[in-house]
Amino acid sequence: MSDLAQAAPLGLRLPRVALRPAALGAMLRRAIVRALPLIIMLVLILGAWQIAADRPTASLPAPSKIWADSKDLIIHPFYDHGGLDKGLGLHLFASLQRVALGFLLSAIAGIALGLLVGTSEIAMRGLDPIFQVLRTVPPLAWLPLSLAAFRDAQPSAIFVIFITAIWPVIINTAVGVRNVPSDYRNVARVIRLRGIGYFWKILLPSAAPFIFTGLRIGIGLSWLAIVAAEMLVGGVGIGFFIWDAWNSSNISDIIVALIYVGLVGYVLDRLVMLAGRIVTRGTA
Amino acid sequence: MSIRHLSISDVSIRFAPNAPDVLQKVRLEIAQGEYVAIIGHSGCGKSTLLNIVAGLLKCTTGGVLLDGTEVDEPGPDRAVVFQNHSLLPWLTCRENVRLAVDQVFGRKKSRAERAAWVDENLDLVRMLPHAEKKPGEISGGMKQRIGIARALAMQPKVLLLDEPFGALDALTRAHLQDQVTEIHARLGTTVLMITHDVDEAVLLSDRIVMMTNGPEATIGEILHVDLPRPRDRLAFAQDPRFLAARAGVMEFLYARHRNPAEAA
Repeated sequence: MSDLAQAAPLGLRLPRVALRPAALGAMLRRAIVRALPLIIMLVLILGAWQIAADRPTASLPAPSKIWADSKDLIIHPFYDHGGLDKGLGLHLFASLQRVALGFLLSAIAGIALGLLVGTSEIAMRGLDPIFQVLRTVPPLAWLPLSLAAFRDAQPSAIFVIFITAIWPVIINTAVGVRNVPSDYRNVARVIRLRGIGYFWKILLPSAAPFIFTGLRIGIGLSWLAIVAAEMLVGGVGIGFFIWDAWNSSNISDIIVALIYVGLVGYVLDRLVMLAGRIVTRGTA
Repeated sequence: MSIRHLSISDVSIRFAPNAPDVLQKVRLEIAQGEYVAIIGHSGCGKSTLLNIVAGLLKCTTGGVLLDGTEVDEPGPDRAVVFQNHSLLPWLTCRENVRLAVDQVFGRKKSRAERAAWVDENLDLVRMLPHAEKKPGEISGGMKQRIGIARALAMQPKVLLLDEPFGALDALTRAHLQDQVTEIHARLGTTVLMITHDVDEAVLLSDRIVMMTNGPEATIGEILHVDLPRPRDRLAFAQDPRFLAARAGVMEFLYARHRNPAEAA
């Protein structure tokens, strides 16, 4: 009897130990199977590119030439030789700082204005037409004006980010606020939840998925705008790096930088999405 | 003159100045603890009537009195269980009930009392084991039970049920009907329920209010259901009194006041 009781847990423990690596292996296999189409696609694209560009007359470098030219850039993203001669990582970091500041300001101002326009009929009639016109102005068109206003490159670039990202935040916030489902409003009315309580407990959570959609579009546009703005204002930054590489005919460096820009943009988008999921507790 | 519990007097409503009345001169007295079902074809304005009692809609003429006080805005003394449950998806089941309890009893009860009261009501609809789940993670019937718990937790004088079981499958519906009957027997809350299910009306109610078709809908007939409680759906399936009540409602709905949409 006691032997059996002791044997049973031992017998149970054995397969559990054996199960772990098997489960891990299965997970790994699943991940590989899922990534396989992407890997094949990348190989095909790089292969075609290599064949197409691997000629002396080609105007753009082939992948093998990019690797040869820009190996240092890829391997050492954080080197710093003083001045503007820095690794890509440091350039990206400078750009990210500008985006972070500009985007933060546009998120704060955009959500506040969106709440105002969404809740007040008068504010909507007064402000919405202005927003609809201003949001169509291309980001770079703001740059000369902001340079004139701030007389400095750094705040001008940040302002361009701000003005680019703010429109989708305002518009989506306003839509979210205006579209609080009547069910939720009726619940609030029955329990007599009004004013500030209604704002925090019903309106904001209900609008949160819309707000985060606006923020996601906003961060994407910011990242689009920063590269262009930095090409014009100069200083440390990925946009300047690309323009500088063009001026010194380092086409390989440009291509490496573009890939980094794309990857960072992707990560930014995912980060905002993740933040949205956490804040809205999975309802976004 | 005795003060009536809930009295709906000559309520008419129209949604535009020149449109015909949706409801016309609806007059109904409901006693404390009574279970009243309102039945009618879709479009007859039965939900409109419930919303007027809830205070979510204002009637054009007439008025509603609850214990002698005029109803002019929504309030927790007339808690509503909405047809589509209306739970807030970002809150857990417990938080949904707690939001209502904190709001209604924030000053009258201590924090611990409120927490206990939330759990008591979740237990009443047997949802305590699922209290930490989000509305998106539970079935339609469970959502409706949380909706009922939230409404009951407000300790309403009148519980307003707007087709509460309409969107549920037959088995879940029967189960929830039994739970509501049981809760009604235990708490003695006055209930006003909208339904389009004849069996449900007969099984649950003391009186069935039958509405004529709109526009200008009004109360066509009121049927007293003189069936003893507790009512057992199995035993009643063959009971002549049940069948007679059921036939009465059917006759009203399908012979004398056919749905104009179907008749056409």
